This record gives sequence, C-alpha cells and structure tokens, in this order.
Amino acid sequence: MRNFIPVLITLIVAMCLSLLPMPEWTGWARPAWVLMVLTYWAMVMPDQVNVGVAWLAGLFLDVLTGTMIGEHALALTVAIYFVYRFHRRIHMYPMPQQVFSVLIFVLIYQSILYGVQGAVGKLPQSQLYWLSSLTTVLLWPWMSVLMRDYCRWMRVDLAK
Amino acid sequence: MEDVIRSIFKSESNPGLRALILVVLSIALMVMDKRMASFTSIRAAMTLPAAPLQYAVNFPTRLMDTISQVVSSHHKLVTENAKLKSEQLLMYGRLQRFTAIEAENDYLKSLLQSSRKVKGKTLIAELLAIATEPFIHQVTLDKGKRDGVYDGQPVLDATGVMGQVIEAGPTTSRVLLINDSRSGIAVQNARSGIRAVAAGANYSDRLSLMYVPKTADVQIGDLFLTSGMGDHYQEGYPVGKVISVTKDPSHQFSEIRLRPCAHLDTSRQVLLIWYQKHA
Repeated sequence: MRNFIPVLITLIVAMCLSLLPMPEWTGWARPAWVLMVLTYWAMVMPDQVNVGVAWLAGLFLDVLTGTMIGEHALALTVAIYFVYRFHRRIHMYPMPQQVFSVLIFVLIYQSILYGVQGAVGKLPQSQLYWLSSLTTVLLWPWMSVLMRDYCRWMRVDLAK
Repeated sequence: MEDVIRSIFKSESNPGLRALILVVLSIALMVMDKRMASFTSIRAAMTLPAAPLQYAVNFPTRLMDTISQVVSSHHKLVTENAKLKSEQLLMYGRLQRFTAIEAENDYLKSLLQSSRKVKGKTLIAELLAIATEPFIHQVTLDKGKRDGVYDGQPVLDATGVMGQVIEAGPTTSRVLLINDSRSGIAVQNARSGIRAVAAGANYSDRLSLMYVPKTADVQIGDLFLTSGMGDHYQEGYPVGKVISVTKDPSHQFSEIRLRPCAHLDTSRQVLLIWYQKHA
C-alpha cells in the first residue's frame, strides 16, 4: 500500500486528539476524531482504506482508552462498512447532504457504543452523550477541506 | 485459515463478508475480555505499543508545566520556598511522633502475634493519561511491571485512597478510580466502626455505601477509612466523608453518599503501595 504512511499519520493524530486532556465541561462534546478520519479515507480511496483498517484502528483505540477490547473496533467496522457501501453517492452529494450522511454514520457509531456500554455496565445517564455526534458533524466541512489539502500536500495517490 | 486472513485485508474480496467476519471477531474479543481471566495478560501486553502515544499526548501538558515553572517570578519562588520550609518543619515534628507511635504499634502487634506488617514499600508515580470517555473513571500511570507494579495494587494520593491498579502493563499501568461504578472498596466508619462497601456512584464524583441498614449509626461528616477486609488495601487510609444520609421508607437500605478524600481529578502525582504478600 503506497499511501500507508499518510493514512497512518492522520490516524495517529486523530488518536492523540481523542486522548488529549480537555476541560471537564467539554467532556461529552469530544468529536469522534478517528471515525471522521476513517470516513474521509473510506470516501476518497475506498479500495485502500475500509473495514480492515477501521477494525485495527478500533482495536488500538480500545487499548488506548481502556474500553473493552473490541468495543470501538465493532462500532468503527460497522460505521465504515456503511461509508464504503455509499461512498459513490456521498462523493456526488453537495456539502449539506454530505454532512447529513456523516451524521447518520456517527449516530450508528455512537449507538453501537451506547448499546455495548449498556449491555456490559451502566448506560450513560446524561443525554449529553449524543452531543458528540453534533460536534463531529459541525466539524466535518472543515475536516474534509483540511484533509483534501493534506492529500495534496502529501501527494497522496487517490487512484488505485 | 490463510485464505480467511488474506480475504480480510486484501481489497478485491467482498467487503460485506469482510465486515461480517470482523464484527464476529470483535464480539468474540469483547466476550473474551469480559469473561476470561487470562485475557488480562494479553491486554497488558497490548498496552506496550500504546505507551509512546500516551507519552506524546502528555508532552504538551508537561511542557506547559515546565514553562510556567521557568517563568515564575523570583519573589513567588522565595515565598513558596519559605512556605514549604515551614510546612516541612511541621511535618517533621509530626513524623517524630509517628515514628514513636509506629514503633509502639509494631511492638503491640508483635505482642498480639499479628503477622501484619505496618510499613511497606512505596513508590511515587506520575499520571500519564486520564480516561477521556465520560463513563470511565480510570487513569494511566507511568510505572509498570518493570517497576514491580502488580494487578490489584492500591494507589493513594496525599489525601486519601485513589483506587487500584487493574492492568499492569510493561511500562505503564491503568488504575480504576474509586468513583468508577465498577469499583468497590471495603470501608469502616472511623467514629462508630461500622463496616460497609463503598462503590462508585453512577456518573458522579461521589461514592455510595452499599447495603447499610437504616439502623446503622452513620452521620453526616463521618469519615470512612479502608477496613483492610478486601485484602487489597491496607487498613486505615481515608476514603471519603459522608455528605448525605437518606432513609427512604420505600427502600430497604439507607442511601449514604461519600465525597472522596483523594483529589481524584486534580492529583498529578500518586503513591503506589506494596501491601502484605507482594511487599
């Protein structure tokens, strides 16, 4: 895989961002950085980054955040599978519609995490849990522009 | 088997099938992680590649600390130094009394032929990372098996019990804080001697006492110490102060909330204690 290094760099940055200590009140609002990065890659080069990479990234995220092994891996795999299925259509969408589809992917991701948390322990009692979807979606337009520039800068070969 | 592995990571295969295999694999891993005791060692080994990333994330906060130390004014340093010196004097004064008391205590215990050692090995560790998921109360320390850390080891800060090590990796270790809903700690009322189990109250920074009858003598302001019953913690370390006692007629037990003595979310340096058989 020629684009291995650029993809790895973005994933590592995303994981650092999801670990970075933040003030207490922003606790629920942390966007799903890793999901955003993976979604972008799965949209622009679906044949190189899809469920396999998502699963490995999820496993590593589980180790980092101390959640149950397989929890984030499951959520990311399912979410990225949907991205993969619809990547041709999403590519054509105008930005508002793209944002809406990203919202659906994040909600799938968060619902799986919510379900797993509920099954093994206790559910988050605060409905603020879903705030993270909103911040992810609000950041998406900037994120996609940033990633596009990054691809150009790193000379990522998007064609297969 | 090789075909299956290749089909997961090669691009020409069917992504639906691949996703299905990975989903099944994730679920199997989750079940194993939850149910299999031997899985903890695998988990601990997996933390090794994660450690560099945690150090990297910790770097900016440490840099800020260093900068604020470097630019702090001379006057501030002098006043801080004076304050620390007077505090140290005070502490030494108290320590003198404690050494006498400790010696006496050891002597009395040896008279009682108790095998329990009062003094153990300790080590200061620094917080490397905190759990950023709001429903998990865990921290990562910069000491691991290399420094002799073991699973179940008690962790304290300057004011009280913080939690216990649940995952000792080679160079880092993960600590379950006492306010996590999965944590339980055996405690005893310092005033009336009533024993109970303090569990983390769900999604707050409080503890709640489990199964305390309504007739039990617990008042607001009572201090609860570790009782040493769970065999994880040495007895006599402060855990929490009672902040509310609710006796609801519709519930069988009274509902008692504690505020942890330890500064669970502000301490940067913690103390690892080697207890009994591990010492």
